[in-house]
Amino acid sequence: MQKVYTKIESIVGNVVTVRAKGVRNADLAMVGDSYANVIKLDGDLVSLQVFAGAQGVSTTDEVRFLGRPMMVSFSDHLLGRIFNGAGVPRDNGPALTENMIPIGGPSFNPSKRTLPNKMIRTGIPMIDVFNTLVESQKLPIFSISGEPYNQLLSRIAMQAEVDVIILGGMGLKYDDYMEFRDTLEKGGAMSHTVMFIHTASDPIVECTLVPDMSLAVAEQFALTGKRVLVLLTDMTNFADAQKEMAITMEQVPSNRGYPGDLYSSLASRYEKAVDIDGAGSITILGVTTMPGDDVTHPVPDNTGYITEGQYYLKSGHIEPFGSLSRLKQNVNGKTRNDHRALMDGMIRLYAQYKDSLEKRSMGFMMTEWDDKLLKYGELFETKLMDLSVNIPLESALDLGWEILAECFAPNETGMQTALLKERWPDKSAVA
Amino acid sequence: MKTETGYVSGVNGNLISVDFEGSVRKNEVGYILVDDKRLKGEVIRIRNGVISMQIYEMTDGIKVGDEVEFTGELMSVDLGPGLLSQVFDGLQNPLPALAEKTGFFLERGVYLDAIPDRDWEFTPTVQPGDSVRAGSTIGTVPEGLFTNHIMVPFTLKGDDWKVKTVKEAGTYNVHANICTIENGRGETRDLTMVFTQPVKQAVKCYEEKLRPTEPLVTKLRCIDGFLPVAKGGTFCTPGPFGAGKTVLQHMQAKNSDVDIVIVAACGERAGEVVEVLTEFPELEDPKTGRSLMERTIIICNTSSMPVAAREASCYTAVTLAEYYRQMGLDVLLLADSTSRWAQAMREMSGRLEEIPGEEAFPAYLESTIASFYERAGKVRLKDGSISSITIGGTVSPAGGNFEEPVTQATLKVVGAFHGLSRERSDARKYPSIHPVDSWSKYKGVIDMDRVERARGMLIRSIEVNQMMKVVGEEGTSNDDYVIFQKGELLDAVFLQQNSFDPIDAACVPERQNKEFDLLYDAMTQTYDLPDKKDIRQFFNQLRQEFLDWHGTEFESEAFKAQEKKISDLYMSKVAR
Repeated sequence: MQKVYTKIESIVGNVVTVRAKGVRNADLAMVGDSYANVIKLDGDLVSLQVFAGAQGVSTTDEVRFLGRPMMVSFSDHLLGRIFNGAGVPRDNGPALTENMIPIGGPSFNPSKRTLPNKMIRTGIPMIDVFNTLVESQKLPIFSISGEPYNQLLSRIAMQAEVDVIILGGMGLKYDDYMEFRDTLEKGGAMSHTVMFIHTASDPIVECTLVPDMSLAVAEQFALTGKRVLVLLTDMTNFADAQKEMAITMEQVPSNRGYPGDLYSSLASRYEKAVDIDGAGSITILGVTTMPGDDVTHPVPDNTGYITEGQYYLKSGHIEPFGSLSRLKQNVNGKTRNDHRALMDGMIRLYAQYKDSLEKRSMGFMMTEWDDKLLKYGELFETKLMDLSVNIPLESALDLGWEILAECFAPNETGMQTALLKERWPDKSAVA
Repeated sequence: MKTETGYVSGVNGNLISVDFEGSVRKNEVGYILVDDKRLKGEVIRIRNGVISMQIYEMTDGIKVGDEVEFTGELMSVDLGPGLLSQVFDGLQNPLPALAEKTGFFLERGVYLDAIPDRDWEFTPTVQPGDSVRAGSTIGTVPEGLFTNHIMVPFTLKGDDWKVKTVKEAGTYNVHANICTIENGRGETRDLTMVFTQPVKQAVKCYEEKLRPTEPLVTKLRCIDGFLPVAKGGTFCTPGPFGAGKTVLQHMQAKNSDVDIVIVAACGERAGEVVEVLTEFPELEDPKTGRSLMERTIIICNTSSMPVAAREASCYTAVTLAEYYRQMGLDVLLLADSTSRWAQAMREMSGRLEEIPGEEAFPAYLESTIASFYERAGKVRLKDGSISSITIGGTVSPAGGNFEEPVTQATLKVVGAFHGLSRERSDARKYPSIHPVDSWSKYKGVIDMDRVERARGMLIRSIEVNQMMKVVGEEGTSNDDYVIFQKGELLDAVFLQQNSFDPIDAACVPERQNKEFDLLYDAMTQTYDLPDKKDIRQFFNQLRQEFLDWHGTEFESEAFKAQEKKISDLYMSKVAR
């Protein structure tokens, strides 16, 4: 039975308060024609957060309690569809109501997790070779506004070897949303993609629902044995939406206005990444834009403590130094015998290249070695770091050896002789 | 057990208001009845007749008018044989058993017994008529490597209790009555192998608390030699993300010379717990040769589990530690991370609308942290044996800035500070403990005077390095350049340690002394090296030889040969 209340006591921000009895915490309701959920109970005062925003809500509007929490439909029909943060279709397809599952469900039992040990190939050398993405990893892309992070995400979505892709867009510009849709459609990835999109002009509450919706669906796919990749862009918008709501609710802010539970609310989403013992997996790639390129800003900072490394996107490519995949050790020993050594060796030389670059800019003398490094650095940046490079891991490794051989003598690379003998392109050069 | 009931009058996140008439204790446990589930919570405030409870579970679906059952008991854990090698959540629910019952997800409202229901081989150590008091041993059962003491509950009051009856040696169920005690007024208590202990009260059933003086060997050179930890002491490891806090803690959990290790994964990644779970059973305890897991208990309340239970998890861990200390064992408690624990307090404080302190942490943050670390300590028990709890906590300061409330509050109460630095971890210098900024008040395994002098040289070397960044190598004198290289040598071959090398990963104190002696000798020589190129080459070579030395088995032929090679190498360049 649905009870209807018509006396709204207060409307503050997106929160309306109504007197009602027998209402359960976190239940869903309709305020006017928008969904809302219960966020606080105090005696018979019920506070509701209106998804579409409380703008235009009248004190005499009807409030109907639906007697169930927020849910999303789950079935294979989701594939290829686009929804908004409240689960309402954004494309012209029909609304889905079968097999409703609750969102924001309980945490995964740690004793049922398995150690991540499967690589996800993306065809991007800076990821595959240097900071391998691992199934069930949670990894943010740290970036400043203006970097091509959404292009990077859609490239990963198209190229990554996974079964299902779920894209959660938060505060997306409308053109970015269109670009995602067009790229995925053109690339043929749309048929195994589900999108939950909140654009910058949509109500703020829906923004906070996007990760939960995306991950609830992902979890169901993973339980049926699918390997799911969840792409979340941009988590800073999600955190800002949380901040906005917390401040409206008069919560005491902790750091730069963000609520004290920022860490917990980010963690409870990222921690949904899992490799399930005997079923599929969820891998999460999120974008975290850093206001002012400041990694100590609360959002990237808390994210860094939660996630297993980060990709650091700077001036158009994935920066080899700031980036880190904490799980790469789990997989890169099994790919090819030269993977680890080449990864370390090339990065070491690239670091020296940076030093030479600095030396040059300060006007110091360039030695022969510096010139070699400068040549190497340039080749490295154009052939491997460029985001448009799309080659499998093995070719990328071979390319790495070629670049080394073009610039250095074998003994200058600091790699083991046995490996050089096996992999150096010109075998006669290796004594 | 009393069961009185109240009714929910408000819900705000995981804070529930309850209307209740009758007697209620602060910090007592209550259950909210929702559908067919009972959700556990704790009374944290009583104001104007309204009780505020924090709920250890998600509060979705609770409505005003739901029934609340009060138990009259404080938040407690079960203590008894069978705890070792288990994995619990913050409320002492065994996670593998929970998985069997509820599947992949942690369903709320399911609470299982922490102590496995099984039989144990009991041997009494008391006879009828013997005096006993809280914490006295009444018998023993063998548990893996250890002799588990069956004790009189720590909460027993009065000192005129005597054993009335005790069971003979034999096999009994863990919950069977094995002993009855009686006091002067004729009151009796039946004892089983299991008893409960409130987690927020420190156990004080010992004779006296001693000064921590004996070093706790971690087999990490930079800790044992430069920044030592004592048995019964406390230390903290703050560091920005990615600086290697957790890896360092796992190293300590593996190599430390203690009997029991309790790992409290508090608000951190679940993946890290999985690593411990997969790795530890395979690893060998260097002390006993058995699986490391047999001496380990994991309390795991990862970041996605409910926040209130995270707050409880540190207390659960320390109470278990106190239980084993009471048996005369040395316990190491590693809490990762105390910042998440403090944040859990902050979230609760915010909901209670308390006046916030710095960065919105509650005003009682410092005293709470202090009282947690103060539960560490080396003690002399009533039977004269000495045992200890050492607490090491990681801190995750926002932005890697140590000037924040949790780090500062922790630094006030710990005996050693192992500050991790981003620069060192970026340069892949592990462990990334900053050798100059960190400090320790304890005595290490190497002669302190020489360590101090070596540290002085390191500081000088860092100064020269700073200077060199401005004036360039050309503008630095050869003498200064040697000082710089000596400092770099110390850093590279002593402070850094390769945790992936099977031999270098664990360096015993004797070896640390030997290595330090040779290194110190090399560092205090004056060398005859004409120009910077020679200096650089010489020190590079010396470093390489030292690193090769690390890879040799201690006291093997190769070890001795390499030692000789090193001393020959640097002696050949000493100025005469």
